[in-house]
Amino acid sequence: MLLGAGALWTWVLATTWYAARTSPERHNERFASSLILWAGAVFPTAVLSALLTYGLWLTADLRGPGDGLSIAVTGEQYWWRVQYRSDDGVPVESANEIRLPVGERVEFFLNAADVIHSFWIPSLGGKLDMIPGRSNRLVLHATRPGVYRGVCAEFCGRSHALMAFPVVAMERAEFDRWLEGQAAAAEASKERGAELFLAQGCGACHAVRGTEARGAIGPDLTHLGGRRTVGAGIFDNTKENVARFIRETETIKPGSRMPSYSMLSPQDAEAIAAYLGGLK
Amino acid sequence: MTAGHATPPAPDPTLRAEQERRLDKAWETPRGWRYWSAVNNTQVGLWYTGTAFIFFLFAGVLALLIRVQLAVPDNTLLSAQFYNQVFTLHGTVMMFLFAVPILEAVAILLMPAMYAARDLPFPRLSAFGFWSFFIGGVFVCGSIFFNAAPDTGWFMYPPLATDVKQSGIGADIWLLGLSFIEIASIAAAVELIVGVLKCRPPGMRINLMPLYGWYVLIVGGMILFAFPPLIAGDILFEAERLLNWPFFDAKRGGDPLLWQHLFWIFGHPEVYIIFLPSIALLAMIVPTFAQRPIVGYAWIVLAAVGTGFLSFGLWVHHMFATGLPSISLAFFSAASEAVAIPTAVQIFVFIATIMAGRLIFAVPMLFATGALAIFTFGGLTGVMVALAPFDWQAHDTYFIVAHLHYVLIGGMLFPLIAGVYYYFPVAADRMLSPRPGKIAFWLMFVGFNVAFLPMHFTGLRGMPRRVFTYPEGFGWEWLNLVSSVGAFVFAAGIAIIVIDVVRTALGAPMRERNPWNAGTLEWLLRRPQKPWQTRTVPPVSSRYPLWADPELARKTDEARYYLPDAEEGKRETLITTTLDGDPVQCLRLPGNSFKPMCAAIFIGGSFILTTFHFYRGSLVSGVIGVAIILWWLWTGTAIIPEKRTKDVGVGLKLPLYVSGSDSVGWWAMLITMLADMSAFFSLIFGYFFFWTIHEDFPPAGVDAPGVLWPGIAAILLIAAWAVMPLAKRLNARGSAAGLRAMLAVNALLSALGAAALLSAPYVTGLEPTQHAYPAIVWVLVLWAAAHAALGILMTLYCFARSFAGLLTREYDIDIHNVVLYWHFAAITAAVTVATIVLFPLASGG
Repeated sequence: MLLGAGALWTWVLATTWYAARTSPERHNERFASSLILWAGAVFPTAVLSALLTYGLWLTADLRGPGDGLSIAVTGEQYWWRVQYRSDDGVPVESANEIRLPVGERVEFFLNAADVIHSFWIPSLGGKLDMIPGRSNRLVLHATRPGVYRGVCAEFCGRSHALMAFPVVAMERAEFDRWLEGQAAAAEASKERGAELFLAQGCGACHAVRGTEARGAIGPDLTHLGGRRTVGAGIFDNTKENVARFIRETETIKPGSRMPSYSMLSPQDAEAIAAYLGGLK
Repeated sequence: MTAGHATPPAPDPTLRAEQERRLDKAWETPRGWRYWSAVNNTQVGLWYTGTAFIFFLFAGVLALLIRVQLAVPDNTLLSAQFYNQVFTLHGTVMMFLFAVPILEAVAILLMPAMYAARDLPFPRLSAFGFWSFFIGGVFVCGSIFFNAAPDTGWFMYPPLATDVKQSGIGADIWLLGLSFIEIASIAAAVELIVGVLKCRPPGMRINLMPLYGWYVLIVGGMILFAFPPLIAGDILFEAERLLNWPFFDAKRGGDPLLWQHLFWIFGHPEVYIIFLPSIALLAMIVPTFAQRPIVGYAWIVLAAVGTGFLSFGLWVHHMFATGLPSISLAFFSAASEAVAIPTAVQIFVFIATIMAGRLIFAVPMLFATGALAIFTFGGLTGVMVALAPFDWQAHDTYFIVAHLHYVLIGGMLFPLIAGVYYYFPVAADRMLSPRPGKIAFWLMFVGFNVAFLPMHFTGLRGMPRRVFTYPEGFGWEWLNLVSSVGAFVFAAGIAIIVIDVVRTALGAPMRERNPWNAGTLEWLLRRPQKPWQTRTVPPVSSRYPLWADPELARKTDEARYYLPDAEEGKRETLITTTLDGDPVQCLRLPGNSFKPMCAAIFIGGSFILTTFHFYRGSLVSGVIGVAIILWWLWTGTAIIPEKRTKDVGVGLKLPLYVSGSDSVGWWAMLITMLADMSAFFSLIFGYFFFWTIHEDFPPAGVDAPGVLWPGIAAILLIAAWAVMPLAKRLNARGSAAGLRAMLAVNALLSALGAAALLSAPYVTGLEPTQHAYPAIVWVLVLWAAAHAALGILMTLYCFARSFAGLLTREYDIDIHNVVLYWHFAAITAAVTVATIVLFPLASGG
């Protein structure tokens, strides 16, 4: 398509160039009028009809059914709620990262909690908007294992630029093992970080399944340690970054619903970060 | 070679000099502070164009801020909050305060000269439009200096932009400031359509019109049907923000997509509203530099009309990624591809003209060629994104940013600059210099491509739009850096043009009248030019009258043609028939006045005070504004002349006062009401849109307004309408008492009808904040009632005019126009009642 467009562009400019250089005696008005008819009307009609037919055929193909696995993703300011649908009806909760098996057509159900977002993994296919009050269906098909990046493509507010997520495409067996791990609750912990997490009220918004933290307002953190990034795709998942995010949320992510926990000492923040990092 | 018209003899020189003195006196531009009361198109057109250019430079500076921020990854120069204001205002200002207004401004400046007319038919309306634009524009732009600019994107998608906490006052400034400007745009469109149709020189049949006139006519028509849906959308939007009526709130039965439909029903035609008038400039420039008439006049006119129609069937291609059904995608994809065909025809008309002529290469032609190269490229990427599967990748990425700038800068800015170089003598009696022009062109052309070509790749590599920063490591860094460098090179080109324009404007005026040896009437103007334009109005029988008769300029100067004099010291211009250009009236034009400016200040004040929630002040300001408009109408329109007819020269006597469909006021009312209908049907579209997304509509548990009250309202309002033609007929028979009686009946019936209509949702207890259904019913009812109220105001105006002796059997413009208004008000009432009463019954709700 790019080559065709380039050729057409060159042709139009070359014709103009020729028209400007040639003397009027060589072409009478009738020739010029027929140029309008053939080059201006007939030729584009033919090219565009062919292109349109191809485009419609492609559209139908891209909208086909999935192979079984379905994932519900909800866009929230400014992060992604991810739920893997399972056979027993209880979805596996996760956030800000998507894993999928290679070689399968995976079905996504896309929703929005607050404003319009748009779900886009450039390497895997087209984008689709997440609109409050609607649920959109998208089918993606990863052919090679690897790590890709997804982003929010619709302007959704102050930190729209800071709303991404990693996508990990893995073999089916490996994926099944991983999903089983995700379904499990977190192991009990007696760390100082675990106590601080509850004492600071983090559990009001975040869930760590298996503990008293059952909040559903913010991302589920049950297996945060196993994720590649923090802050919805903006930092590598290290202890330092998590601690920084806890203390400087509003600076790092303007407009986010989580307040900065700047009253925590760096040591306390690091203790919480260490605890969360341990939740693999 | 003015076939069919024998050239009359020239009056003797002393008489000619006296005539000129009288014309000078009648058309004198005021001096000192009164200068700002001028309403003549040569002044208003210049102010309008200049102001739009200043807004362009302002938005350009915002663009440079964007490029500075994105030059390197993880930049922290601008905060997210400020960046979002900058990109929102950049798009908003470029679209609403530059691209659309400047084309109207240029048309106001040039259109009368192209017709050898003295002015457009409603000079004070032009002035009102300009002052509204100026006030609204300064208000919207100024907001950024208070950190209060809109920051939710120029497309203002709800629920982000309806969330009062997240979007703040900026969204109100956008909605109210721009609604005010849109009204000014529609006013200018009404003025231009009537001007194109009715102010032509004698003999200029519609198929002899300069192509520019055709394009202005088409674009004016498009504005009538494209801007009102946005105004309707703005009304729903503000109602949600200020009154909590949930049109776009999915939790209460609304739908954010309704806004997207209304916005893009406006937004896509708008692209062509911007693009076609610029192509119109090329359609004037190319024949001049090919030194021959355009090849394929009928082709280009039909192609432009076709583009205008098709542009209303494309809006959904902005919404391909919203998850619409495949069948809609297919339809809108096909329509989007189809619009490329008339566009290609227009391009090839230019190429064919160049081919059949001998091209002279000057600065305007340089910009015209640059426009062709850039625009064709943008058109081709447009064909790509019209395919839904490609769009799913490209949508909301830098690929689209590149595409739209190729289309708009190639299709609008370059032709406009070509027009500036070409028409500078007509606008300012001076010629811009070729050397700076060439340097500016190359800086702009190279800078543009360096800035925007890489963006295609940035987009295909996955960089989304509207991000205030981006991370390293995705291959976006150097592409963005190159784009930023290009943007500054482009800006340097613009700076050279600005310097050249200022330098030339301060220099000595030129003497030569037709420096490009063009063939159309605007090159008849004498230098230095007069506010009354050409000395006399020549008859026309060719598309290129100056080429057809090389002596035309001399003969016009010798006062051989129409309107050689201003004996009564009044401003006058000729009115001709729509199709054949036969002269039918000598129209007296109103002179300079501060009333349009004051009206704009108070009406604008009403919008601005609403932004700050000063409702009482807003109401007072609005009432004062309406009072000034009434005063302006009372003293400045439908003036009874001192005699019935006037000799306009060449042995022709024309009436000074005509009413009904011969009068320009009647046409203006008709055209305004078409725009009004288009806003109304956008609201009706909203009602049926909600019906399509809900299984139960009206929703269960909500009482529809029933049959009784709306039925009574319909009967009363239809009766109110029915007496109006009767009033007109009685007046025509000379019965002033009959006229007044019927007017009184109309006022009474419509007051009762409006009250009955408002009580309909009130008695069934429809609560507009609960659900989208009661909210949309209330909006429709309020709209129809407001039209009845406006009708009462007009009826009472006629009543008063009759008592004042200004509306009589012979002088009856007012009653004709008000009857025309009532036809549309009756349709509004009938359709409203049918929608809220019959539809729920028919659909079993």
